[in-house]
Amino acid sequence: MATHFTLNGKPQTVDVNPDMPLLWVLRDHLNMTGTKFGCGMALCGACTVHIDGEATRSCITPISSVAGKKVTTIEGLSATDSHPVQRAWIEIDVPQCGYCQSGQIMSASAFLAKTPHPTDAQIDDAMAGNICRCGTYDRIRKAIHRAAELQAGGAKSASAEDNSELVASAVTVSAGGAE
Amino acid sequence: MSTQTNGLDRRNFLKTGLAGAAGLVIGFYLPGRREVLAAARLDGNAAEPDILNAFIQVAPNDEITIVIGKSEMGQGVATSLPMLAAEELECDWRKVHVEFAPAATVYFDPAFHMQGTGGSQSVASAWKPMREAGATARIMLITAAAQKWGVDASECHAENGAVVHAASKRRATYGSLAEAAAKVAPPQNVTLKDPSQFKVVGQPFKRLDTPIKTNGKAGFGIDQRQPGMVHASVEHCPVFGGKVASFDATKAKAIPGVKDVFEISDGIAVVADNTWTAFQGRKALEVKWDEGPNANVSNETIFKSFADACETPGVVSRKEGDAASALTGATQKIEAVYQAPYQAHATMEPMNCTAYIQADRVDVWAPTQFQTPTQITSSKIAGISQDKAFVHTTYLGGGFGRRGWSDFVTEACEISKHMNAPAQVTWKREDDTQHDYYRPASYVKIAAALGPDGNPTAFTARVACDSISRWFFGPDAVKNGMDSSSVEGISDTPYDIPNILVDYHMVEGPVPMGFWRSVGASQNGFFLESFMDELAAAAKKDPYEYRKALLSKKPRHLGVLNLAAEKGEWGKPLPKGRYRGIAVLEAFSTYVAEVVEISLDKDNGVKVHKVTVALDCGRVVNPNIIRQQAVSAVVYGLTQTLKGQITIDKGRVQQANFDTYDMLRMNEMPVVDVHIVPSEENPTGMGEPAVPPVAPAICNAVFAATGKRIRHLPIAPEDLT
Repeated sequence: MATHFTLNGKPQTVDVNPDMPLLWVLRDHLNMTGTKFGCGMALCGACTVHIDGEATRSCITPISSVAGKKVTTIEGLSATDSHPVQRAWIEIDVPQCGYCQSGQIMSASAFLAKTPHPTDAQIDDAMAGNICRCGTYDRIRKAIHRAAELQAGGAKSASAEDNSELVASAVTVSAGGAE
Repeated sequence: MSTQTNGLDRRNFLKTGLAGAAGLVIGFYLPGRREVLAAARLDGNAAEPDILNAFIQVAPNDEITIVIGKSEMGQGVATSLPMLAAEELECDWRKVHVEFAPAATVYFDPAFHMQGTGGSQSVASAWKPMREAGATARIMLITAAAQKWGVDASECHAENGAVVHAASKRRATYGSLAEAAAKVAPPQNVTLKDPSQFKVVGQPFKRLDTPIKTNGKAGFGIDQRQPGMVHASVEHCPVFGGKVASFDATKAKAIPGVKDVFEISDGIAVVADNTWTAFQGRKALEVKWDEGPNANVSNETIFKSFADACETPGVVSRKEGDAASALTGATQKIEAVYQAPYQAHATMEPMNCTAYIQADRVDVWAPTQFQTPTQITSSKIAGISQDKAFVHTTYLGGGFGRRGWSDFVTEACEISKHMNAPAQVTWKREDDTQHDYYRPASYVKIAAALGPDGNPTAFTARVACDSISRWFFGPDAVKNGMDSSSVEGISDTPYDIPNILVDYHMVEGPVPMGFWRSVGASQNGFFLESFMDELAAAAKKDPYEYRKALLSKKPRHLGVLNLAAEKGEWGKPLPKGRYRGIAVLEAFSTYVAEVVEISLDKDNGVKVHKVTVALDCGRVVNPNIIRQQAVSAVVYGLTQTLKGQITIDKGRVQQANFDTYDMLRMNEMPVVDVHIVPSEENPTGMGEPAVPPVAPAICNAVFAATGKRIRHLPIAPEDLT
């Protein structure tokens, strides 16, 4: 049965088992492998995508349930890695193995869209569903605060004149994170 | 796996080759290793030994490719190893790219006698050869420029990806010189920079793999896609050592999209046109298992076998003085039993592998830590020679020791062979948790005698656990019943004690054992450093001062201990309800001390507020990555201290997914404050050594809070009341 939805801004039709989770439609049917399989039970967050702007675990989302909806994956978050969350992730040098980071970034970007000036406690609540076995949590926290600054447009981004694109920045962020 | 080496010392000359338009290629040639395991060119095609061993390529467009024989699993080798080459190459870091090497003897790690990544060994092993590769390339490029300009090479120098002749103000980029440089005879010996001249080593460079890990483009094993590839998943016998008695695949095969169901060496493979359908097919299987001889094994029987073994003396690991007599005559004697549970690796990327067996070759796309066993395994299954087995190492979504095994390679190869097509096998999370090679469950009887001054006059520890070496290398690898990885972290106690006896019982069991981040020290460090705290308490001394006095002959232990105490504000009054604990340990020749700050909550147990880490890993190559790895290891240690454990009942693992085997999460993340002791020693690794001190430091803080000693992990709620 064909399912019609919008994927990263473009109309998409897939003809698969309606029970097939969105995760596997993306990964195996459409070969969009940026969204990751971690647990299959919405316990780890590696498969997080946006459905109509909401962070959603694609591993338990049947494809039939996204009919008519707007799906955004890591591949569609920005054309040039320019989303404030991606810029902050690069600036803070967040990833290690990187496997969970698509899910972390998709959770963080949906969260920041609704909570533009988050506190640490709000970040903890929003991100506790995303496991990172490398333990990059402290940098994720910093990067979310930094992305909030970038999103607000009031903070200077790394420029090519200095070497901050090469060298990890010592960004320190106050507990509240707001400017 | 804590063997110490100083890099590829057996290398004694360098070879170069020209790969068509690829420009200069610098490689290593190891005499006595002429057998070429993998005739893979860097592009994965036909054999061409001249360029097989390449570590550095300079392209005509000035792009530099640095090939690393190590697997990138989050620990940063894809940045730190290129930095070593770049230090001597004097190249433009912005033009540096990394490639993962094919399987070949030239990439063998001398610590393992195979190509593999582990033992916190990568930077230590690469420290000299990668810089030599960079220096060799630089000299050849300078020589080529000097010849072109008709000047003496000594008048030229290299800077930022170009050769400069200052006198005539001429400058040529590396790319423009690459082809000519490839024809220059490589220097037989190169002089490496004095460390005072380092420009790259010591800098907090960002990771080269960060951008592709923020846009979904990093290719992990599970992301490999080959034309005509089938997707598979394997149903394993839940009981260790069991096998298939019979199965009925009728219902599984009736599912649209299921292509085939058949038995392979470790279970029943379901092959489908996508992974989810393969999972559905597994659910529809009707299997009768022959559970074999282990169906009644449980945690209770396992730990009883450890306790029983410890009733008699074991194989001696370390003996100094006469500990038995000193204990007998002691005025104050402290005795304890400690236990540690099995732990799974829980990499975020579940086990997977993609393989394609054809008539004359096998290709394996694997998130593997160990390329050589991957190559051997795949060539055996394909029934062809090893040089026709091509290993394509992908990014690894975590490793922690798990991906040193080739069980997932075996599955993918067997399935590809049966299907005559490229095949990807993917494990469910439950498979990953229940069919791991686990951190050994371990048991120790430990005792000490204290003299009148409270200092220990004797120390004994009797360890019982299964052997990792027995499982990984085979029974012959364990000589005289001694596996050093079972006792590392306790047998090598650094404390100044005149009488020491450490012995070991290898208790063989059915639960598979493997290398788990920090290996033996992950449990033995908990035993030793908790017990040292017991001794300090019995001696009525401060735990930091007590250790300090007993480490007076161990400057590097003392260095990190003192730094952790200073930065962790040891002794400074804390707010009400906060408590500190301390621990120090050496692992893989890196020294780490940690001070933790906790509070207790009757509902939520231990809350860790802050971990102060002081470490000495020799010369700092990249402080950014060292800090990342210290924090990462602390999180790994926190998880084994505060979260789950693997338990066995009826011969099988009782945990399955993250609901029953959870990991530390964002809301549990403490502040981690990392401090590095400056050092001019050769660098040692940071993959693992910050794991072991976490558990004892936290349990010692719990003792400070409650007066109760925790002698097993993880900490349970009832331990706190």
